[in-house]
Amino acid sequence: MVGKGIRIEGLRKRYGSGDTAVDALKRVDMQVAPGEVIGLIGPSGSGKSTLLKALGAVIDPTAGRMILGDEVIYDDGWKISDLRALRRDKIGFVFQAPYLIPFLDVTDNVALLPMLAGTPNSEARQRALALLRALDVEHRAGAMPSQLSGGEQQRVAIARGLVNHPPVILADEPTAPLDSARALAVIRILNDMAQRFETAIIVVTHDEKIIPTFKRIYHIRDGATHEEAGQGRSID
Amino acid sequence: MISLAGRDILHSWGKFVFTGVGLGLLIGVTLTMAGVYRGMVDDGKVLLDNSGADLWVVQKNTLGPYAESSSLNDDAYRSILAMPGVAQAANVTYLTMQVRTGNADVRAMVVGIASGATDTPGWPPFLVAGRQITRSHYEAVADVATGFELGDRIIIRRNQYKVVGLTRRMVSSNGDPMVFIPLKDGQEAQFLKDNDAIVQQRRRTAENPSLNRPGVPGLLDAVIASQSSNPYVNAVLVRVKPGYAADEVAESIRRWKRLTAYTRPQMEDILVGKLIATSAKQIGMFLAILAIVSAAIVAFIIYTLTMDKIREIAVLKLIGTRNRTIAAMILQQAIVLGLIGFVVGKITATFAAPFFPKYVLLIPTDSIAGAIAIMVICALASVIAIRMALQVDPADAIGG
Ligand SMILES: Nc1ncnc2c1ncn2[C@@H]1O[C@H](COP(=O)(O)OP(=O)(O)OP(=O)(O)O)[C@@H](O)[C@H]1O
Ligand SMILES: [Mg+2]
Repeated sequence: MVGKGIRIEGLRKRYGSGDTAVDALKRVDMQVAPGEVIGLIGPSGSGKSTLLKALGAVIDPTAGRMILGDEVIYDDGWKISDLRALRRDKIGFVFQAPYLIPFLDVTDNVALLPMLAGTPNSEARQRALALLRALDVEHRAGAMPSQLSGGEQQRVAIARGLVNHPPVILADEPTAPLDSARALAVIRILNDMAQRFETAIIVVTHDEKIIPTFKRIYHIRDGATHEEAGQGRSID
Repeated sequence: MISLAGRDILHSWGKFVFTGVGLGLLIGVTLTMAGVYRGMVDDGKVLLDNSGADLWVVQKNTLGPYAESSSLNDDAYRSILAMPGVAQAANVTYLTMQVRTGNADVRAMVVGIASGATDTPGWPPFLVAGRQITRSHYEAVADVATGFELGDRIIIRRNQYKVVGLTRRMVSSNGDPMVFIPLKDGQEAQFLKDNDAIVQQRRRTAENPSLNRPGVPGLLDAVIASQSSNPYVNAVLVRVKPGYAADEVAESIRRWKRLTAYTRPQMEDILVGKLIATSAKQIGMFLAILAIVSAAIVAFIIYTLTMDKIREIAVLKLIGTRNRTIAAMILQQAIVLGLIGFVVGKITATFAAPFFPKYVLLIPTDSIAGAIAIMVICALASVIAIRMALQVDPADAIGG
């Protein structure tokens, strides 16, 4: 499994300096294999968002290593030069609120990522439509985001996270606004997609409805992670 | 790649059209202001063109006859006519006043023109209706802008005139329409006093023993006659013979006649550089203020539109959109706003121009310059919004 999925070792993040410094992450070790969906849970202020931002390459960790696939992203203060392209090509994001672009229709919301990477429009839309079909929202492909239900929006957001086939997907409370059935449906989709595209998926959540579905869970408390086995309950 | 700016505009087109139209009205005012200035310059040129003169001979050391008052003896033209290179020389008087018809009155420039053939300098070069003045008294040719019609009776001072002909675009440098009358009437109009004043003056003259001498019969009558006629005109319009240079003829008139003479370019300098210079500066100030106001409006609108999209911009950055792409999106929206504004402004100005009391001349170069200025203003105005957008942290999309 070396060289696949995502791995972080001894990750630390300190906000500010001097007297006001906050050590949001003290020591985080984590490894997620391709095809695996893991849960990341912890109390408020424990450092979940900070970890997600470091994994998402929008804040730089103070120390520690992060390896994505077989590429070293951070290494004790060193970082690769083009984090923007890394985010575009290697990391998918799914948020609590779907954050779709309101002025693009469903297809183009998903197709935008490959387009940003230079894929021709028609090919990007083909890929978007295939994913929308897999997520069962193809019939809404021409709609604007404001015309979709919450669950449909969330599935479109998942499609956007998946469309560039990134090796890692970061999901931040993806089921918070959904009822139990829909929340489980989202988790099933994430599991399917992880299998199908060999993606490592990290789900930050408080949601009691979905926590039992994870096979592995990272608890984060006071800036440090502890791994434990989950129930891995089957969803169907 | 799709056009993010275009999609956003299509999505919230109401906002864009609404603000674009508002901006457009402002731009319409700006273009019209420029048109007012061009109209003033054009009025001046038309005035010079229509006078049919190559040289304007005026009272020594004055900027007459349009920018300053000037008076010359009405026999000066004879000696000018005798100068080498002079083809035609004709007296002319100008007097801006209210011309009455019935109980309404119209501001007009009354031009007294010398009798002669129709190509005499000072005569209206063409008529749109009726005929030229043929009698030496009490006939008038009026510009259509006065609203007078053929056969109307108009009153200038105490005399009544019959409108026998109509012209078009014969205006003073102020844009007042012209009314042509015979020279003698023009001289009289400048000088004519009311009856009481005439009686008073006669009495005073008669009481003056040096003018009312019993030993010299006829002296009093001669003095009164000279007092009540006006031997002055405002300028002599000169046409130069072919083959002579206007400035050389002007120079010899200055030297030998001890009068001031202006050539066409000099006259244009006086009209544009002096007579309307203050108005031009005034308009220039307005243009500057309008440009600043437009810039402020565009900046504010683009800033608010961008503020509304802060979350989307954070998401776009998180998923790897280049700063360049985001900046281009905002810039393009500003430019589109400017384009809508310009089109609306141009249409507004074109349709509004004829309703202005003064001549509004919209020239294509001004429109092009205006369009370029608007684009530059919009580009500059979007800088604030672009800076803000570039400072958005992609981490904000992930939230706390
Ligand atoms: N930009 C920042 N500057 C300074 N301190 C910060 C910053 N962001 C987070 N922190 C601190 O880091 C610690 C971890 O914050 P973080 O947002 O990662 O918590 P969290 O686990 O996401 O909490 P919650 O569940 O409430 O969202 C907190 O003590 C917080 O106050
Ligand atoms: Mg958080």
